[in-house]
Amino acid sequence: MSELLQQIINGVSMGSIYALIALGYTMVYGILRFINFAHGDVFMIGAFVGFFVAPLMVPLVGGSGLAAAVIIMLVSMAACALLGVTIEKLAYRPLRSRPKLTVLITAIGVSLFLEYGGQLVFGPDPKPFPALIPSTMIVNSSFLVLSSNSLVVIGTALGLMLLLRYIVFHTRMGTAMRAVSFDHRAASLMGINIDSVISFTFALGSALAAAAAILYGSIYPSINPLMGLFPGLKAFVAAVLGGIGNLYVAVIGGLIIGLLETLVTGYISPIYRDAISFAVLILILLFRPSGILGRHEAEKV
Amino acid sequence: MKQHRSKVYLLLALVAAGILSKFETSISPYYFQIIIYIGINVILASSLNLINGFAGQFSLGHAGFMALGAYTSAVITSSLHLTPGSAASYPMFAAALIAGGLVASIFGLLVGIPSLRLKGDYLAITTLGLGEIIRVIIQSLDFLGAARGFTGIAKLADFFWVYAVVAVVIFTIANLVRSTYGKGFLAVRDDEIAAEAVGVDATRYKIVAFITGAFFAGIAGGLYAHFVTYINPSQFGFLRSFEIIVMVVVGGMGNIAGVILAAAVLTILPEALRAVAQYRMVLYAFLLIVIMISRPQGLFGAKLDWGRLWRWIGRRPSPPAEGKA
Repeated sequence: MSELLQQIINGVSMGSIYALIALGYTMVYGILRFINFAHGDVFMIGAFVGFFVAPLMVPLVGGSGLAAAVIIMLVSMAACALLGVTIEKLAYRPLRSRPKLTVLITAIGVSLFLEYGGQLVFGPDPKPFPALIPSTMIVNSSFLVLSSNSLVVIGTALGLMLLLRYIVFHTRMGTAMRAVSFDHRAASLMGINIDSVISFTFALGSALAAAAAILYGSIYPSINPLMGLFPGLKAFVAAVLGGIGNLYVAVIGGLIIGLLETLVTGYISPIYRDAISFAVLILILLFRPSGILGRHEAEKV
Repeated sequence: MKQHRSKVYLLLALVAAGILSKFETSISPYYFQIIIYIGINVILASSLNLINGFAGQFSLGHAGFMALGAYTSAVITSSLHLTPGSAASYPMFAAALIAGGLVASIFGLLVGIPSLRLKGDYLAITTLGLGEIIRVIIQSLDFLGAARGFTGIAKLADFFWVYAVVAVVIFTIANLVRSTYGKGFLAVRDDEIAAEAVGVDATRYKIVAFITGAFFAGIAGGLYAHFVTYINPSQFGFLRSFEIIVMVVVGGMGNIAGVILAAAVLTILPEALRAVAQYRMVLYAFLLIVIMISRPQGLFGAKLDWGRLWRWIGRRPSPPAEGKA
């Protein structure tokens, strides 16, 4: 029983990280109807920005601590937002009216470019991610081990999700985003600048991925240029699980994947950790292709 | 007529492979290895071309099919204790390769079924997932050596085997897609709804593409296993699939000759650029993005063919064209 509770706490903190990444997938899909394969690698870049910025915090705010952690996260989010916008401008924008397959292959190309570019620049070997906030044990008994780390992760993720909810539903830009995702043409006739809305969406999604990366680094303090591949794919599964294009269900999907993965690792075998999310994906796509909560859209000729 | 001529080509290619294989000891082992890899990559890329280029589906799990063929055939030949060169080794090796191909095509069927309901991005990720699942399962099976790999495979594949298969694969795919039946692949690729409307059974074509493509990928895996004599699951990861996709995209999806050329060039290129090996994958990825933006039909376009290239080389000066072509 106590082990189960432990697994659930770990699963929820992992799941909230997946949820943050999944939100980026789902927002981009909602607006462009296209899966940004490189999203997981933006996440990786976020972790590396954190890695390189962290040592600079010592002269600035005296090493680790809440202030340093907040600054590192903000810098990483800003850097990734910029990266996301650049990727969209250079690689995806020229292809906007092309067949989906073309854009998909390009996205895979961008993803591998970041991974191997990362190996070239950062080196292929794993690097230790610094502990930003010293983790303390809140509960440490034979019954349950609860570190402040998992609470920080869950809390930060929740805060960012609420912030995103505010942006999407209560600001002008958010309204524009929803309008564009509903109908490109009608939105542009109403005077919405489609290009800037798309850029903004990429910035927002990439910033969330960067935040997720910093949180991920506090759970798994080892980063490498290929680290984005599996979290990216799993977050994609999370986005699809609920029905891609919907913010709330992306979060639920993230939590489900995180829990499932932790439980499989704990109770069956760690070998299947990465395979389980794919198995879920295949089952979902076969039986409910529009997601557990999704609506079915008929294809127009 | 054309059908008849291509059979002559096939026969000539097989005879040439037989004759050339007599010289395989006279070139350096390093070059020989590259030549074999070219052949294996041509099979892989051509078979993926059938799925991605002709039938218009998108598979990211080709390395998974290759792994199935490699492991199946390796298990068979190892349990039979075949010795290279013995009389029994030839038919047994052929049977093992075909068995590997069949196992791969059973999984091709499994992958083909989602393609009936899924398109584009979703299909890509599903096939990627299935490829990964195959790899994880192999990794967890102890009798296949798990993560340690499968060792002591007899070195049965030589020049003749590899290039005989290359000839057969190209012959089969070229004839398949040029036949009346094969026009259905292109119809499904170009407009599935319209194809269905005029009575093309899209479901069937997709499944046939996946089964055939997977079969040949499985055979390529078998040849690979019996050439390198040691296989492990990490050789058949996502990156392997990606390399094959780059070959297809660079050569031009649906362009048989272009894909063969691209497979050969992209196998030689990393060897030639060994000094800058760490840039290879960055270069591949960059190449992919640039090609997709500037020439999505591939470097050689969708229509270039050996015949046209041949005519272009031997062309006579033509009178200036009148008006627009």
